[in-house]
Amino acid sequence: MKRRKYVEGILQQIRGFCNPRVELEQYVTPSEIAASMLATIDEQFDDIAGRRVADLGTGTGVLAMGCTALDADYVIGVDVDADALRVARENVQDFDFGVDFLLADVTKLSAIMKQRFDTVVMNPPFGTKNNIGADVRFLEAALSVGEVVYSLHKTSTRNFVRKVCEQRGASVEFLAELRYDLPKTYKFHRRNSVDIQVDFIRVENRSFPPVN
Amino acid sequence: MKLVTHNMLSSKCLKGVVKGFPLKIHAVEVKTHEVEFNKEQVIRLIPKLEWPALCEAAESLGELSGLPPDVGPDFEGDEDFLKKAHHILFEVDVVNGELECPETGHKFPVRNGIPNMLADQKDHSADS
Repeated sequence: MKRRKYVEGILQQIRGFCNPRVELEQYVTPSEIAASMLATIDEQFDDIAGRRVADLGTGTGVLAMGCTALDADYVIGVDVDADALRVARENVQDFDFGVDFLLADVTKLSAIMKQRFDTVVMNPPFGTKNNIGADVRFLEAALSVGEVVYSLHKTSTRNFVRKVCEQRGASVEFLAELRYDLPKTYKFHRRNSVDIQVDFIRVENRSFPPVN
Repeated sequence: MKLVTHNMLSSKCLKGVVKGFPLKIHAVEVKTHEVEFNKEQVIRLIPKLEWPALCEAAESLGELSGLPPDVGPDFEGDEDFLKKAHHILFEVDVVNGELECPETGHKFPVRNGIPNMLADQKDHSADS
């Protein structure tokens, strides 16, 4: 519990996107959701401390910073948006954390990283609006570079997510159902905030062949 | 970009590239800043590294200072060695420069400490 409060305190101070990009579905992961995700990964599964971790679609670096605060051995945040990463890097420098960021297409990551990661954490695009299928492309990319993957997916896609994982010989566990409060980031959100049901999942991927 | 990250990056994302490792570093600006030394962390990471590539990268930045060409069998007890490795891995930061694919010569920019591995250069960036 102490660690959770500590991480949440850090994450609350993180700057958000300067100019959120609708085509990338950029939202800052709310600090309570990020902190409870990371606390679960840390306390129930011990998959952060002493691990090499990748945060895919890191945006302004929320999950990446949380993992560093929880004593990961190595953390890299990957995103396709240079502006978001610039903010992420500023965020990291405020705290003097050893996180590195990489500007890259997450879906091509297995051809860029020579190593597999012990743990992948991500809050991927939900694959809505102009971005259909991005959620599954992120999940597939995560499975191609990580042994264990933690992610958020819309509850309405649960059966499909299960199928995607099983087709790759990975086993998925649905850890929690969250109400994700999307703040009014873009003009097409008519209400001030929208709640959507989201599954927090853990995918174990140990059957995958190693890269190199 | 820390050298621990450089040690994992390859240019296999480019068409026709077989190995794409290690990327040559052409540094324009390098900074070093202190990061807390954690012995266990360095011990866990070293076996995962491509050691010769790390030495080569450190040398190209003039930071090799006393790093041995091989990891000795008893490296875990060698505090001096672990501290040097820690410095090279985490404290040296390539802020601006380029990474060059060893097979095609393609250059990937490093700006503000962030390597840009978008092979097609559609990087959504305001300043590139």
